[in-house]
Amino acid sequence: MTPLTGAAPDHLLIAPLLVPLIAGALMLFYDDRRRWLKFGIGLAAILLLANVSLSLLDRVGQADGARVYILGNWPVPMGIVLVLDPLSAMMVMLTSILALPTLLYAAAGWQGKGQHFHSLFQFLLFGLNGAFLTGDLFNLFVFFEVMLAASYGLVLHGSGVARIREGMHYIAINLIASLLFLLGVALVYGVTGSLNMAEIGQLSRTLGPDQRPLFHAGAALLAAAFLIKAAAWPMCFWLPRTYAAASAPVAAMLALMSKVGVYALLRGAMLCFGPDAGVSAGFGGWVLSALGLATMVYGAAGLLSVDRLAQRAGYVALISSGTLVAAVGMGLQGGGERLIGGALLYLFGSTMAVSMLYLLAEMVERQAPPDPNAEPATEATRTPEEEIEWGPMGLGAVDDDDEPAMGLPGSLVTVGGIYAATVVILAGLPPFSNFVGKFAMLSGLLASANQSVALWPFLWAFFAILLASGFVTLVSLVRYGIRRFWYDIDDRPRILALEVTPVAILLAGLFLLGVRADEAMRLTLSAARDLLSGGYIHTVMEVRPVDPGVEAPTDAGDAAP
Amino acid sequence: MTFVLACAIGILIGSGIWLVLRPRTFQVICGLSLLSYGVNLFIFGVGRPRVGAPPLLTKGGYVDTAAYADPLPQALVLTAIVIGFATTALFLVVLIASRGTTGTDHVDGQEPGR
Repeated sequence: MTPLTGAAPDHLLIAPLLVPLIAGALMLFYDDRRRWLKFGIGLAAILLLANVSLSLLDRVGQADGARVYILGNWPVPMGIVLVLDPLSAMMVMLTSILALPTLLYAAAGWQGKGQHFHSLFQFLLFGLNGAFLTGDLFNLFVFFEVMLAASYGLVLHGSGVARIREGMHYIAINLIASLLFLLGVALVYGVTGSLNMAEIGQLSRTLGPDQRPLFHAGAALLAAAFLIKAAAWPMCFWLPRTYAAASAPVAAMLALMSKVGVYALLRGAMLCFGPDAGVSAGFGGWVLSALGLATMVYGAAGLLSVDRLAQRAGYVALISSGTLVAAVGMGLQGGGERLIGGALLYLFGSTMAVSMLYLLAEMVERQAPPDPNAEPATEATRTPEEEIEWGPMGLGAVDDDDEPAMGLPGSLVTVGGIYAATVVILAGLPPFSNFVGKFAMLSGLLASANQSVALWPFLWAFFAILLASGFVTLVSLVRYGIRRFWYDIDDRPRILALEVTPVAILLAGLFLLGVRADEAMRLTLSAARDLLSGGYIHTVMEVRPVDPGVEAPTDAGDAAP
Repeated sequence: MTFVLACAIGILIGSGIWLVLRPRTFQVICGLSLLSYGVNLFIFGVGRPRVGAPPLLTKGGYVDTAAYADPLPQALVLTAIVIGFATTALFLVVLIASRGTTGTDHVDGQEPGR
């Protein structure tokens, strides 16, 4: 793309940040009892966000390269920039695709079981979009913290002993990860003297031999922080428990949060240690590959060892994270464009499918309502845990008087059908996109393995573990399905139409992604090409501040939000 | 000064790690606080702190950057302190909630061996 000299700046780039931020703040003015109003604001914001992300995706497709938005019009390596390249456009798109069904699902009941759900949800989207769009390392840290702070609140949403206990573990481990992140940022800044990700990438190629070990140490600390977020083995033990304890819509969004770690890892690795990075090229590649493979093995073993569906979903999320971390590692070792492109398609499809599994898990695991003729639970029979479910610390839940009450006829059949489709998607069977993604990863690896001898052991291990983990997923989830839908057929939970709708939307999205996999693959391949060629660095470093003389006065006012 | 700073960071982070690995929630939060102090000092340290060098440039003319201290790490530390403070406060709330609901201050929500 040509530098933006004199051209109008892309104000649309900041919309994915402003829309959820403003919507979330606006909701705080209303009392929590008016939660349908809050839901309306949230829904409008997400629909707008989806529209914006579609348009951003379109712009990236046209311009063939990154677009840069200079906050405050400061010259580039000094000020903070937002960068939109195909990868970040794709991730912003994924955020809004997941947010819509999750919000709808929350409206069916979860929104009333705690306070400020909708505001926290919007702030989570703000943090996610910011992390995907920012081009500044410290800003990335800030957006990670925004996202995490919102997620702490959301994990505790609904309260209860299990959520508080797991939430405490989750917060502790993420605080430590944030400290590692800060140490890494500080080291990288100390060596390069810059926080702009593109400039760091550029400077990392020319570092002296005395500076390089320090830079590598900083990068390794950053990678450790990202790997904790991505839940790579051995930093993954928190994920299945926390996600299983969180409420269903929250767990569905958290499935995306572990992919933020993968995104940051991929972005940082390709900027500083990509194939054209000179001496440092491929730094840490084999470590990432090995950790990714270990995560896949651990996830598959865990999947066979747990009982609850929500916990199984956690291990499926681990397998998906592990696959992606291994793909990033092998991409660093010279895996090539098709490997990364396939991995990105897999990321898109598997994140949606894991979210869907979390939403389904709550419906499927729900017990049938008690027999209306039976005696109502008295004070004596109610367990203390039930009491506590509705509010320790005197927070209390808001009364559930306006629950949408439309039940779904034939609920078990519908949910069972959707469950079967989810299993097929997660196991990576055709005709869904995960199959295409896995196939592209493997064929890309085979094609580029001739050039890189270091890739051979990982290639065959990846081949075997990827196929085996798909099979394990299939076995585990099918066994659960047989037990739940065929043996316990008399246990018919009451499932609302509003709860099935979001899952059906996700399923339709996944089906569409499978049918139009060629277009999606073209996009992910262009993202991979961009990452490998280092186009990001050139685009960002060549951008010049907008000349205020050329600008219309109204636009110049908008340029400094 | 460099030696003293390095020792301070080392002691803070060492004690922080030990405390974070302890089984009581109060020890964990003390450890997290010490760790964040250590990390903040570390960020301050990477700016190569010097005595008597101003961080703000004088207006106009040629500027010899070697005569000035780097102001950016201080800005980073400030942000890190604010964020660390907020998240630690949140952790404190969860800690107290956990103590209230489980009746113990063990990080697993139950005394070992029960």
